[in-house]
Amino acid sequence: MKRTLENIEEQFETFQILNEEGKIVNEDAMPDLSDEELKEMMYRMVYTRILDQRSIALNRQGRLGFYAPTAGQEASQLGTQFALEKEDFILPGYRDVPQLIWHGLPLYQAFLFSRGHYHGNQMPEGVNALSPQIIIGAQYTQAAGVALGMKKRGKKSVAITYTGDGGTSQGDFYEGINFAGAYQAPAIFVVQNNHFAISVPVEKQTAADTLAQKAVAAGIEGIQVDGMDVLAVYAATKDARDRAVNGEGPTLIETLTYRYGPHTMAGDDPTRYRTEDMDNEWEKKDPIVRFRKFLEEKGLWSEEEENEVIEKAKEEIKAAIKKTDEQPKQKVTDLIGNMYEELPAHLQEQMEEYKAKESK
Amino acid sequence: MAQMTMIQAITDALRVELKNDENVLVYGEDVGQNGGVFRATEGLQKEFGEDRVFDTPLAESAIAGISIGLATQGFRPVPEIQFFGFVYEAMDAINGQMARLRYRSGNTQTAPITIRSPFGGGVHTPELHADSLEGLIAQQPGMKVVIPSGPYDAKGLLIQSIRDNDPVVFLEHMKLYRSFREEVPEEDYTLELGKANVVREGNDVTLIAYGAMVHSSLKAAEELEKDGIDAEVIDLRTVMPVDFDTIIKSVEKTNRVVMVQEAQRQAGIASYVVSNVQERAILHLEAPILTVAAPDTVYAFTQAEEVWLPNYNDIIEKVNKVINF
Repeated sequence: MKRTLENIEEQFETFQILNEEGKIVNEDAMPDLSDEELKEMMYRMVYTRILDQRSIALNRQGRLGFYAPTAGQEASQLGTQFALEKEDFILPGYRDVPQLIWHGLPLYQAFLFSRGHYHGNQMPEGVNALSPQIIIGAQYTQAAGVALGMKKRGKKSVAITYTGDGGTSQGDFYEGINFAGAYQAPAIFVVQNNHFAISVPVEKQTAADTLAQKAVAAGIEGIQVDGMDVLAVYAATKDARDRAVNGEGPTLIETLTYRYGPHTMAGDDPTRYRTEDMDNEWEKKDPIVRFRKFLEEKGLWSEEEENEVIEKAKEEIKAAIKKTDEQPKQKVTDLIGNMYEELPAHLQEQMEEYKAKESK
Repeated sequence: MAQMTMIQAITDALRVELKNDENVLVYGEDVGQNGGVFRATEGLQKEFGEDRVFDTPLAESAIAGISIGLATQGFRPVPEIQFFGFVYEAMDAINGQMARLRYRSGNTQTAPITIRSPFGGGVHTPELHADSLEGLIAQQPGMKVVIPSGPYDAKGLLIQSIRDNDPVVFLEHMKLYRSFREEVPEEDYTLELGKANVVREGNDVTLIAYGAMVHSSLKAAEELEKDGIDAEVIDLRTVMPVDFDTIIKSVEKTNRVVMVQEAQRQAGIASYVVSNVQERAILHLEAPILTVAAPDTVYAFTQAEEVWLPNYNDIIEKVNKVINF
């Protein structure tokens, strides 16, 4: 179904399956997931929440570098990733490290990315992804290119990319969704609307009522989803993926979510732009709390199980950070060596100069 | 061998590589059906199909951005930026993104992309169509910048650029597109990137130039010969990386240098070349190195452009200064 300019409000009504109380409110849309798969979703969300807590602590101890907290956004991040296949290609923003991890990036490499070590960006064989993008929106045009390439290769896979509410103001956002639409390329564009671009509220980004409706101008499918509802996020992404690989073109998915923490660990203070009331309102919508209620009701989850996950996550994180510490430090000569396939003469001279410096 | 204009040699190079490598894709605004606004891609869509030679929506940032995405799928993109003055729209996608892909991925991903684009003054274009912006790209580590001075070089350098596994910006001076013909082999051949070409040998002074200024330098050299001054002319061919070996060898022989560029004087290629020459060969110099360049204003579209653009008289003037120093 192609979106139109009529009845925008109705068309972009928030899609929800699981409400804040953990009750299914949209039985028809309930995705076909086995009990094991449902438990795996919960496992990943709990694990990622612990990873976020530990990452913040490690950052405060000076053991991690750049870090953008993820708590609150687990359903948006992991629900979308859960709908992917191994052959799908992820173009993440800088907060989207969890998707890379569940797509196959080892944890210690995620930590190396945080420390600015290039090994953190070396995707292992079979992990189809680019490293997290720093420039807001740049990944949107690249995703259109990945998807176009997949289409030209006749692959049955998709490119999925992520930005935030602020990202939808960028030119690259429009260029990316428009190119993918024009070529009917198999791309999924996710906007995690966490309502603040650092400090600027989404109301100041645009006069549009929803970000999803921006799909209309590009002539592509768009949907607004409750981004704290992992089932709705998963179902919307799965549907977008099915249509994309069937040659039905790209989809824009807006997930309504919230980051509990600061923008990054580099000194952002959310109390300057958010109220405690607002934080509390959103914490009531927590993706893990409502999914736990849902699973417990079905007899699929217990406190013991959750504690096991927490302990396992903590142990694995500990082991991973140890491995991170064991990696050789990045050197200037590594940088020089990674600029071109063959070193031009001027860099060869600089290589010699820095080899000498580094051997001192 | 055939007599070709530079635009024909460029089309020929694209045809050769489209034939040689099924991963080569050619695209941009008006590139498909229309064959490009300068006809650089004339007939290519008909010959190779819409899957490989295609029109894009009008957005430079995405033209550059999709190239990175296509590269992840094993393609070898050859996008066109319709006029290089439009490159500002694509600066993040080029300098911020494709230049860094190899480094950022720890050498596991590459961007074997060749961005072709017309540039250069003297053809009475509107604003932001003629500017020499090679310095913007040359300043970005990870990029290569190639500027041919004629049909033979254009074909060999373009084929080599497309085969290069790092991103290349290939700039085509509009004034050279159809100004003269040259013998161009019909088979494929390559010219190494990062190698300069001594286009005229001489003993008294070295003129270093690239693009259209190679021809202004050659004309100046002819005039200077009448006064008994024997100028050597070096065509850089590649402004990043620069072939300092060839330059220094020449300087050691002539002991005098005039650097010539069409771009404005501030920052830029000339500054980079001159600083390197004085660092590497100051004891061989008998005079300061002088630079011929455009004034530090925005490009003077149409009305004042004949005076604004450096010409062979400007070069002769500077040569006389270094000779008589």
